[in-house]
Amino acid sequence: MKKIFLIARREFLIRFRNKKFWMGTLLGPILLALFIVVAGFIMGYSGDKETHVVIVDERDLFGGALKDQYNFYFRFSNQSLEDLRRTDNPNFDGILHIPADVNLDHSEVSLNFYTGKNLNLENLNNLKAIIQSHVREYKLKQFNITQSQLDKLNTRVAINSEDIDPEAAASESRGVKSSEFSSYLGAGIGMLMGLIMYMLVFMNGSMVMQSVMEEKTNRIVEVVISSVKPFELMMGKIIGVGLIGIVQFLSWAILLPLIVLLGSMIFGLQTDMDTLESMSAAGTLSEDDMEYMVYQFMKEVDAVPWFKIISLFILFFLGGYLIYSSLFAAVGSAVGDDMQDSQSLVIPITIPVIMAFYIMITSLRVPDSTLAVWSSIFPLFSPIVMPARLAFDPPWWQVLLSLVLLLLTVIFFVWISGRIYRVGILMYGKKASMKELWKWIFYKE
Amino acid sequence: MDTLAIKKVSKHYGNFTAVNSVSFDVPRGVIFGLLGPNGAGKTSLIRIINSITMADEGEILFGGERLRREHQAQIGYLPEERGLYKKMKVQEQLEYLGQLKGLDAKTVRQRINTWYEILQMDGWGSKKVQDLSKGMQQKVQFVATVIHEPRLLILDEPFSGLDPVNTNILKTEIKRLSEEGTTILFSTHRMEQVEEMCERIALINRGKLVLEGPIDEIKQKYKDYLFHFKFDPAYAPDLSDEKVHSYTRGGGVILQFESLQTANFQMQQWLQNGYLIQDFREILPSVNDIFIKIVTTE
Repeated sequence: MKKIFLIARREFLIRFRNKKFWMGTLLGPILLALFIVVAGFIMGYSGDKETHVVIVDERDLFGGALKDQYNFYFRFSNQSLEDLRRTDNPNFDGILHIPADVNLDHSEVSLNFYTGKNLNLENLNNLKAIIQSHVREYKLKQFNITQSQLDKLNTRVAINSEDIDPEAAASESRGVKSSEFSSYLGAGIGMLMGLIMYMLVFMNGSMVMQSVMEEKTNRIVEVVISSVKPFELMMGKIIGVGLIGIVQFLSWAILLPLIVLLGSMIFGLQTDMDTLESMSAAGTLSEDDMEYMVYQFMKEVDAVPWFKIISLFILFFLGGYLIYSSLFAAVGSAVGDDMQDSQSLVIPITIPVIMAFYIMITSLRVPDSTLAVWSSIFPLFSPIVMPARLAFDPPWWQVLLSLVLLLLTVIFFVWISGRIYRVGILMYGKKASMKELWKWIFYKE
Repeated sequence: MDTLAIKKVSKHYGNFTAVNSVSFDVPRGVIFGLLGPNGAGKTSLIRIINSITMADEGEILFGGERLRREHQAQIGYLPEERGLYKKMKVQEQLEYLGQLKGLDAKTVRQRINTWYEILQMDGWGSKKVQDLSKGMQQKVQFVATVIHEPRLLILDEPFSGLDPVNTNILKTEIKRLSEEGTTILFSTHRMEQVEEMCERIALINRGKLVLEGPIDEIKQKYKDYLFHFKFDPAYAPDLSDEKVHSYTRGGGVILQFESLQTANFQMQQWLQNGYLIQDFREILPSVNDIFIKIVTTE
């Protein structure tokens, strides 16, 4: 035991003291946040070219004024359409013609836009939206309808799902179940947990593999196992790298909210308020609604059983990490320094991880589907799928069954990997196939 | 008491027999040469002694007890393929490897300092292994092997890559350890080093032990009755009837006889006939000769 501790301590410290580890740990979330901002900017990029439009309003639809918006700049002209179309070197990009005889009572109205350039789809839609909203205001005025009358027409309906059992409904300790927000919140937490799990298992698993390969190519492994059992060396390594994973997880758990907070203070909050304001301006959301939403959200966040989720998350992390990192260790011992050789052996390990990841994403939509339930119990998938379901308060028997199966699988895979590892680290110059590994399991010591 | 008693040890890998019923004893305090061509089974045997692998058949006694993994703490092993953690500092590395052998941190530090002095390694502690020359790394590796003051030291090609000065420093230390009672199992292909260092040898070929014993006895056993003669040119006998060995170089002649008696008889006759012998000695085979002879005729 003492030797496992010594090995784990070395594996931990060598990474903990490494500048690259901290750069990765600290910069990782910042880069991720930056990526999201940049990606958001790119997705939201609508073209930066101004389009100057001259409106020939024969119908007097706009009353001579239209606000410039979406990079469209409007002015009105009293000249005739024919004269404008014949202008040499025009100082505008297009002419919007509203004929005097246009019948706005039709459900569809066609207008002509005269331009020498191609309007892209986005610009076309924006222009359509500008005119449509104006036509709507115009009609409201005609019908003598006020905005408040209109608001009264809209009634927001929310559906709360409540437990059918009156006693259970009365009890306080429930998962996120009470409103439509909870589904989103549950999915959000689930996604985050599943994603973190996926990254931790993968990153730290391959870290273990690299460490094993390094010792084998360095040949130091022979010196070390003349002092300790191969199994002790493997376990020490797995524990040391696992602790690094937990440190990384905790740093992110502290850093991510900080960065989100910081980011929203700089850019995010502004945008959010803008969105809410524009929603409210568009009449889809009243101020009461906004307050209600924020209140509801806080209440839901408060109702999430965080302690249960995080403690179970750590249990599932330990299980998943032990299974996959021991398999990675076995592969590392079998290949030595050739990364290409390792590929064919790594793929069979990564397939279940990637499958689990996709099942996890599907489970977020329907957390109690048959697929989600059984995948969260099947031990090769459960470490990634179950954490995603935790926010939806799965029945206890499923969580317990999943944990018991996970524990048995951990013991099985650690044992198998240890058998392969102890032979693999001493084999040189031999390309190991799956068949070879299978034989190693049954080698006598 | 023998440090090591190897009794009919065999090791198989699938259909291949790496070690085939090998038996020999290594007495306490000797420098014991373990010889054999590449692939003969030396490394497999060494790994069994180190408890890295287990023998399929036979048993090994360590200081009279049946060999167990716990004995690893009393064995030091310098493998042929050297290995250290490249990015670790020398001091940390030695402390780590020493602690893995069961020493407490304080003792390790004291011993490291002693060895820094002996091997003139002052100021190396804070250097990373990757910044050291190959010879310097070798010294670090040697310290890691002896830091726990093992009863049995297994050295596989300990001088490879070392310059003559450092080779000498290390040789002196190995001899000192041996005099202090450490048993040394020395595996090498460098036969002149075997002649210089070893009292006993064992030769393994194709997994089998083919030769074992004190070097002197082995040389007597494998000698070809070669004698070196140098005569006064004015009083030299006619050697046309004698068997002149091809080793003969200028300044003398090497003759091969059937036995010591025939050699003595012949010499007596030459003296009686008035020839003048300036120089005369028996030529014993080198370990190298014996090695090649056995390996190629097997």
